[in-house]
Amino acid sequence: MKFPFSTAIAIAFGLIVLLGYFIDLPILITLRDVFVRWAILLMTVAVIVGIINLVSVHWKKFSKDPGENPYSIILLVAFGLTLMVAGFFGPTGEWSLWIFNHIQMPVEQSLMAILVVVLIYSIARMFKDRFNLISIVFIVTVLVMLILAVPWFGVAIPGLHGPGGIRSLITEIPAIAGARGILIGIGLGTIATGLRVLIGADRPYGG
Amino acid sequence: MNISALLSMKLAGLLFVLLFLGLIMGFTLRGRDRTLTPRRRNLGFDKIQDAIGLAVESGGRLHISIGWGGLLGIPGVGSLIGLSIGRRVAKIASMSDKPPIITSGEGATAVLARDTMQAAYRDLNQQDKFDSTLGRMSGATPFSYAAGTLPVIYDEKVSSTIVGGHLGSEVGLITDATQRTGGVCLTGSDNLPAQAVMFGTTHEALIGEDFYAVDAYLDGEPVHIASLQAQDILRWTITGVILIGALLKFLGLI
Repeated sequence: MKFPFSTAIAIAFGLIVLLGYFIDLPILITLRDVFVRWAILLMTVAVIVGIINLVSVHWKKFSKDPGENPYSIILLVAFGLTLMVAGFFGPTGEWSLWIFNHIQMPVEQSLMAILVVVLIYSIARMFKDRFNLISIVFIVTVLVMLILAVPWFGVAIPGLHGPGGIRSLITEIPAIAGARGILIGIGLGTIATGLRVLIGADRPYGG
Repeated sequence: MNISALLSMKLAGLLFVLLFLGLIMGFTLRGRDRTLTPRRRNLGFDKIQDAIGLAVESGGRLHISIGWGGLLGIPGVGSLIGLSIGRRVAKIASMSDKPPIITSGEGATAVLARDTMQAAYRDLNQQDKFDSTLGRMSGATPFSYAAGTLPVIYDEKVSSTIVGGHLGSEVGLITDATQRTGGVCLTGSDNLPAQAVMFGTTHEALIGEDFYAVDAYLDGEPVHIASLQAQDILRWTITGVILIGALLKFLGLI
């Protein structure tokens, strides 16, 4: 049987980092900090690997069928141009920032605007496909929060707007209570998953 | 905060982690023949199995979106769950004409996604059929990830999408695209805004800790079921402590 090196390494490093958070031994704290810094360094290298992967996938798609993959061509051209500009002028150079401010930001903002339309459409679809008590509560809450988000024509109505209004009551009591409940569940799930990786029961590495 | 308070907090944290670990180990050793509790049976987990079957039978492709959370911090756990789903799905569906695709919005998880797919093919002794584009990065920022994922759904004959990882509200674009193509969409995330959008845009959204129960439902291994049981016990304990604390505060005793 092959010795599971990757599992042994993951468990050992994970244990040292975890203990470094709880036990105030200088050697443990130093090791924890060193390992976390290594992890950050590796993540940075992984970003470069990810970008190479992104470009290679689109290059393969483009070379396979150039006419059918217009988005791949756009991505490859945009990537090449951005790389040249950022390489020549530096990442914070005038033209690099111009690309960021005048191309990337507006495109992402446009996607955000499309998302608003998508969400409105989805809520309308929810009326048709899932008309039950939970959906009604969801939709009514969304509408109340939107309608009471700002004073009507500049007039704040007591009981609706402001600190004692319905909106702030929903935000401060049921919404926060619900969010905290969900967050407790997420916290427990996170710890459980981490512990399973730590004892080698889950191995999302090493193939 | 003084040093003794800090030390006691650290000690409490360590004890909590050890208790959690003890419960998981204890339940694993004790209950190897246990099944999942009925309370969790009605969630959308069965739909994942159905979606895999549907994709294989209809010649469509499964797409697993693991988000852009990376591997560090709490978002990293969401990515690990997504990869875990990917691994299990890949083992079942890799032999179909259109093998599953895993998309990621972060470099390290993209590497792991590729590794996951390769491992599935290796387990099936079909390494020669592995295509490196099956695990890929589709964008480097949240919205570019969503935008890069849309062509995968529209152009690569995706019949079902499983979203499992750390995403934001942009997940709405992915779920909408899947539904427009007539596909099934199952979603889960560790992020609250994403959960709200998922609930509004899909039929099958896993809310809160249910997202972390996917492994137990897909695999049903003793350690995963034990992990759920430990979570249940600790959740009720924390709920009890909060309620007692609120009552004592209300009565002016603390």
